[in-house]
Amino acid sequence: MTPLRRQRAATVLFVLAGAGVTLAVAMLALEQDINLFYPPEQVVSGEAPIGKRIRAGGMVAAGSVAHDDTGLGVSFVVTDYQGSEFRVDYEGLLPGLFGEGEGVLVAGQLRADGVFEAEEVLAKHDENYMPPEVADMMAATGEQP
Amino acid sequence: MGKATEWFRRTFHRMGSPRWFFAGSRGWMLGLYLVGGALIAIGSAWGLGFAPTDRLQGDSYRILYVHVPAAHLAEAVYVAIAIAGAVHLVWRMKMADLAIAAAAPVGMTLTAAALATGYIWGIPTWGTGWVWDARTTSMLVLLFLYFGLIALRQAVPRADRAALAVSVLAIVGVVNIPIIKYSVDWFTTLHQPASIRIGERPSIDPSMLWPLAVNALGYYLFLVGVVIAALRAKIIEREAKADWVRTWVQAR
Amino acid sequence: MMEWLAMGGHGVYVWSAYALSAAALVGMGVWPWLALRRARRRIAAALAPNQPVRAGDRKRPEPGQGDVA
Repeated sequence: MTPLRRQRAATVLFVLAGAGVTLAVAMLALEQDINLFYPPEQVVSGEAPIGKRIRAGGMVAAGSVAHDDTGLGVSFVVTDYQGSEFRVDYEGLLPGLFGEGEGVLVAGQLRADGVFEAEEVLAKHDENYMPPEVADMMAATGEQP
Repeated sequence: MGKATEWFRRTFHRMGSPRWFFAGSRGWMLGLYLVGGALIAIGSAWGLGFAPTDRLQGDSYRILYVHVPAAHLAEAVYVAIAIAGAVHLVWRMKMADLAIAAAAPVGMTLTAAALATGYIWGIPTWGTGWVWDARTTSMLVLLFLYFGLIALRQAVPRADRAALAVSVLAIVGVVNIPIIKYSVDWFTTLHQPASIRIGERPSIDPSMLWPLAVNALGYYLFLVGVVIAALRAKIIEREAKADWVRTWVQAR
Repeated sequence: MMEWLAMGGHGVYVWSAYALSAAALVGMGVWPWLALRRARRRIAAALAPNQPVRAGDRKRPEPGQGDVA
């Protein structure tokens, strides 16, 4: 490389490094805002604000889904399988992929008593894709996907 | 100097010649169109008609076979554009700038396709088409970056100045690519983490993985063909006054 | 056949996503050919200002367009 080209290459690397560092700092500072939802641990520990519109998410605990008499109201427990969980009350339609043992994202307000009043429920599916037969086989052998 | 290095040097210098590229690229372009197109046809038919349904999503997961290649190629095209931008800034190679001009609309279309198919896929699975999480938002930023590359060139009247500005934007914008890729690991998002990671077993069952592999390869080949075709058009546009272009036009 | 088209009730999502992708692929594939033809016609017109633009502008088949799924 000629000296001129070497100097240009250094400028290119410098600009790239500058942009990268700026962005990394901005993302570290804004991490809480970039995160879409509070995991159960932060909901339980009090990090999630009470009475403000927020999003929270985790896994729907097995056996926790209970419908009320009208058929529209539903309550369930969201867990991280590591000891943190909270109850969600919701009235409305559930997404097709909503189910026990599946991921869920709720938007609404956290009450002071620790119950989450959801206005919106979305399903968060995982990165595993498999035919039903393979899933049945794995369930029979107790293997995790 | 090794043989490979020598080959690279020679190819690099030849690639700098629009005339040499135009003369030698037609066969490659046609071959890539044909093979890529055929692979996409096979992969899509496989994914739509023969791959099994998903245990959770049923048939809606089949959107994966068009969503994932489009999203992956949208990122790959941007990385290629950023490399071309660096080559243009360091060597002032005209062909590198023409390559950016040729590839930017392709990347923009792919990004739009990835966003649109993602929106369609989200409705039956997530329960919503759009959500402002780190993955979707950084992908939207990519769309605007492509738009910026195209608009910036038209906004600067002098072609050489425009080329430099576009190259700088191409390089700066590449920092968005790792954000798109790792957004699902670094932040909480509605979008699920990657199913295919280098050095790990894919979390897609092999029976569902093959059509994706065929389609992804098809997208790669076809779109390289498209970018070559677009580059050929840019060469003729930009070199309109060159003798060899006039000869080529008159010969047809 | 009908069952396949219905995609387990998700037909509208699956087929619209594929239709959109096919349109994007065909569009990307055809656009450079049109651009090259446009450029060639413009140059030809500039070279021979007194002759009709269409002289020597043969229509030829454009491979690749039909192969996109």
